[in-house]
Amino acid sequence: MSNKEKKLSSERIQRVIELCKSVEERGVDPFAVDVDDIIATLQKYFPEWESPEELTLDAEAVQYLASVIQNQGDWVKHRSTSLYTDPFLLEEKIKRLGKEELAALFMQVWNPIIEQEQLSISTIAEALKYWQDLVPINERWQNIGPIQVEAGATTLEELVRLKILAEKTFMEELETFWRELQQKAGEDETILYWDFVGAETYKETLDRAYLTSFLVTYGYATLELRPLEEEVFIKPFTEVHSEMADKRMVSVPISVSFEEWTKWKEIRQ
Amino acid sequence: MTRKAYYARKIKRAAQLLFYKRHMKPGVKGWELRNTLGSDYPKILKVLDDQLEKLDLQVKTAFEGETPAGEPTLEELNKARFFITVRGGFPSKDTKMMGWRIDDIAGLATAIGYIISKKGKAPRDEVEDLLRSKLPGWRVEMNINRYIRSGYLAEDEHSQLYLDWRTRAEVDQKALVDLLLGTES
Repeated sequence: MSNKEKKLSSERIQRVIELCKSVEERGVDPFAVDVDDIIATLQKYFPEWESPEELTLDAEAVQYLASVIQNQGDWVKHRSTSLYTDPFLLEEKIKRLGKEELAALFMQVWNPIIEQEQLSISTIAEALKYWQDLVPINERWQNIGPIQVEAGATTLEELVRLKILAEKTFMEELETFWRELQQKAGEDETILYWDFVGAETYKETLDRAYLTSFLVTYGYATLELRPLEEEVFIKPFTEVHSEMADKRMVSVPISVSFEEWTKWKEIRQ
Repeated sequence: MTRKAYYARKIKRAAQLLFYKRHMKPGVKGWELRNTLGSDYPKILKVLDDQLEKLDLQVKTAFEGETPAGEPTLEELNKARFFITVRGGFPSKDTKMMGWRIDDIAGLATAIGYIISKKGKAPRDEVEDLLRSKLPGWRVEMNINRYIRSGYLAEDEHSQLYLDWRTRAEVDQKALVDLLLGTES
């Protein structure tokens, strides 16, 4: 089947779906849909469908067709019940009846719900207590004007203390961290991931793991995975390998959960 | 406590629950009655219904969805809503007692009758056209919105009108269709 033919077939299926939808959504007579013809069409096109989009469209058409068949079933069921009546006949009857006749007729079959509303002594007492405890509205809705604050100068230390500014820039912090890694790796040139990342507190460990991920991504270090030992090592580079960013990157997920951290601390002690 | 006294107390409590409005919607759910009256609440409601008959009132059950064909299960009853309604309808001279204009009642009868004939679902446009043949145009939309607000009709996102919980509780649908068809035209 050529692309043009495929496009035409897809459009036909789309029209089938729209027709089936109108039965569901706009109350169109379900018997206006020729189910046999649609099934034959779907069968004809099905062997030609290849892409997931085409197969999804086919499945959607089958699903809507099933809902049409269900509607046809409901229609037959309704016709067999005592409530069935020809809508045109009923419409005619309603149109010919006067307002008074319609209302009188409805009164015979209308059994309105009886309900009462009544206050009890306990409800009144509760409401009174609430009223007494209620703060007057002028106190509740006090007009709070803007507080005038005198402008002044601040220092860098103050901004760092308020965490508005960081003590170091991120790159400075990363470089310091890289030097720490080089120092800890020493002559072996590698260090166990957990021995480097692990710290006294869990929060500090998370901060270190976060920075380590940037060390690896930005080419300051690399990870060595040893599957047989089930260990992960970090190997710092002596200089930044900026060309690594151009190469195909592989993500290595490492869990730094609280349980892992506790286990590491126990082993270390 | 004797068995008679036990039931008398339970029937009194059931009447309080059913008569007095406690939520936005009138009536009480089956599970609420079970929690307050105990698992034999259907039996208590039956006795209350017998007593209300003398006053031409009844305990009415509106099931979720369609009314079960046979005896309802306990699960269906727990999900159903129970009300107290008038038992035998009103004489037509009492129309004013309902607090509704005759136009509103006639419009409601028309809308319900038409929706029933269309298998319980009809486009709002069609119902409006039918009402417009008897009511001034400006009242039609207002009335349909009122029927929806009161719980007689419901409308979906495709502007289809359905019969809602209050119609199921208050209106004898079969009798309405029979009366409409039985009129001489």
